[in-house]
Amino acid sequence: MAAYLSFKEIWRNKGRYLLFSMVIALITVLVLFTAGLGEGLASANKEYLEKINADLLVFQEDTGFSTLESRLDYNTLKQVRRWEGVADVGAIGFSNVTILFTNGAEPIDVSLIGVEPGKPGAPPAFEGEALRSKQSKTTIVDGRIAGQANLQVGDTVVVKTTQGAEDEFYELKVSGITDGRQYFFQPSVFVPLEIWDEIRPKADITNNNAPLLPNILAIQLQNPAAKIEIGQYLESRVDNIEIADIKTTYEAAPGYAEQQSTLNTMKGFTFLIGVLVIGGFFQIQTLQKVAQIGMLKAIGTSNHAVANAAILQIIFVTIFGVAIGGLATLGMAFGLPSSVPIVFTGTAVLIAVVALLLIGPIGGLVSIRLALKVEPLRALGM
Amino acid sequence: MKTILETNNVTKIYESGNLVVKAVDAVSISVQAGEFVGLVGPSGSGKTTMLAMLAALLQASDGSLKIDGYNLSEMNDIERTRFRREKIGFTFQSNNLVPYLTALENVELMLRLNKKYNRKSRQHARDLLLRLGLEDRLDSLPSQLSGGQQQRVAIARSLIHDPSVVLADEPTASLDTERANQVVGIFADLIHEQNRAGIMVTHDLRMCKYVDKVIQMVDGRVTNIITERAAIDQLASSSKLAEAPAPKAKPVQQPQSLLAHAMPNLVGAAG
Repeated sequence: MAAYLSFKEIWRNKGRYLLFSMVIALITVLVLFTAGLGEGLASANKEYLEKINADLLVFQEDTGFSTLESRLDYNTLKQVRRWEGVADVGAIGFSNVTILFTNGAEPIDVSLIGVEPGKPGAPPAFEGEALRSKQSKTTIVDGRIAGQANLQVGDTVVVKTTQGAEDEFYELKVSGITDGRQYFFQPSVFVPLEIWDEIRPKADITNNNAPLLPNILAIQLQNPAAKIEIGQYLESRVDNIEIADIKTTYEAAPGYAEQQSTLNTMKGFTFLIGVLVIGGFFQIQTLQKVAQIGMLKAIGTSNHAVANAAILQIIFVTIFGVAIGGLATLGMAFGLPSSVPIVFTGTAVLIAVVALLLIGPIGGLVSIRLALKVEPLRALGM
Repeated sequence: MKTILETNNVTKIYESGNLVVKAVDAVSISVQAGEFVGLVGPSGSGKTTMLAMLAALLQASDGSLKIDGYNLSEMNDIERTRFRREKIGFTFQSNNLVPYLTALENVELMLRLNKKYNRKSRQHARDLLLRLGLEDRLDSLPSQLSGGQQQRVAIARSLIHDPSVVLADEPTASLDTERANQVVGIFADLIHEQNRAGIMVTHDLRMCKYVDKVIQMVDGRVTNIITERAAIDQLASSSKLAEAPAPKAKPVQQPQSLLAHAMPNLVGAAG
């Protein structure tokens, strides 16, 4: 009975309900884009760290888990490497450079990441070969760069860097292409740590004997489940270090928390607007139907049926609106340029869609309560 | 004839603070199967309150109401809703129909509510609407029907589920004389044909020519019951007034009746 009444009403008032579904669809688009933007921006900030083959990261003490502030010496690497429970350790260095392409593609600003071939921190190659030699001027490039500049394995790229007050140019041969591994909002280029130290931007180029100081160490553990205990143990045994897991590290990145909380606030407000809009629509609709609801109750329609009819309408309109909004978002996402940092992950989209589907019934609760409170006698003016 | 509806000293009292008003005062009436009764009286006489109690929309303060063997005074809200659905057919003054259902669907609604809708239901509803002269309006929405047509659809809806009692609250209030006669005439015919008990509350005494018994109410009390055909016809033909005459003993409206008229507005119930 409830389904019959609710669907008949929707069918006979198609225009009104379609229009309102479009409002829900627009809210859906807004929520999904905000969610996608949150994922995209977060991903651009942390993609490399999220995919890193390590359980813990070692930083210089009191650097607030900042990969750029931290500097570690070779002695620290040796000490960490020998502790029981540590399976492997790799040193990593970060800096920013510009790469130029011989095929005429536009130069791209990238994160230049120095890694030890075969050690934690070094990326896998999905095309070509992983880094092998510590000394060779070869590179593994982020899949985004390869796509953007139409790079192939075996091509040569030129790194433009600033050393002292001069621009310097280094040629690197692309030995392999990895997947998307952005860091600090830039795609990454991976080189052996010693090559990184040679070509990275630096102010002082007079001291050629300066020791290689990587920024952080990536640790693989024999038992990743024991990372908290081993981390605390290492911090107490090795001087001048602090240890964090991957999540703590990217959450400590400058601006990350602020950026995410801003987007989450936007998302929250969009949901709130959704609840209010849906609630307002159905409340006005119920107020307009007081006499009709009163008549239905007077002829013997139960409160249960009245409430179910209202709930079914709200659910149907919400599902329809969210589906249209989802499809519209999908369509628009295909048309976005790759430079727009929007990423739709299954989990984020699922959470957003479930939340959107819930806001309908939540928003409609007031109208359902209103419908239940309609007194037939008063509604009919008897 | 079988007595379908019987009330015994039914009283409805409204209380608001120190104010106590008897909207219906010890009313005892009975209606037989196949009998069409007109309940008349001036505004505030308690006739609509009485109708609301008979329709199980309002709980009596005292006395008993029995319809088809069911004692309405002993029912809870859920039982009364079910009772209305199964045993009562109701035609209201206005807002009678569901605006998004066609005439045919509005009539079928009572069968769907009672879970009696089956293959034959559509034909049953169609036949009833044909009987009411609406053969070309079956698929029209209420907004496409005239007031009289809407009332005829409401009459069909009030009869289709074989109710024990059919109640009508001012069914001609928004109709012109011709349409009013047409609607009430058909209503009376169907009540007689189907051997139902029917009660119509009306201001329009001219409509009494279609009823078998007139019950006059004033100040919540039954002041007169007319059963003789000649007396009923005389009442219907002699008066164009919308209200039944007040009894000679009370030529001036008493304070109690003024309060009774005002009480529904004060306490949010019918009067």
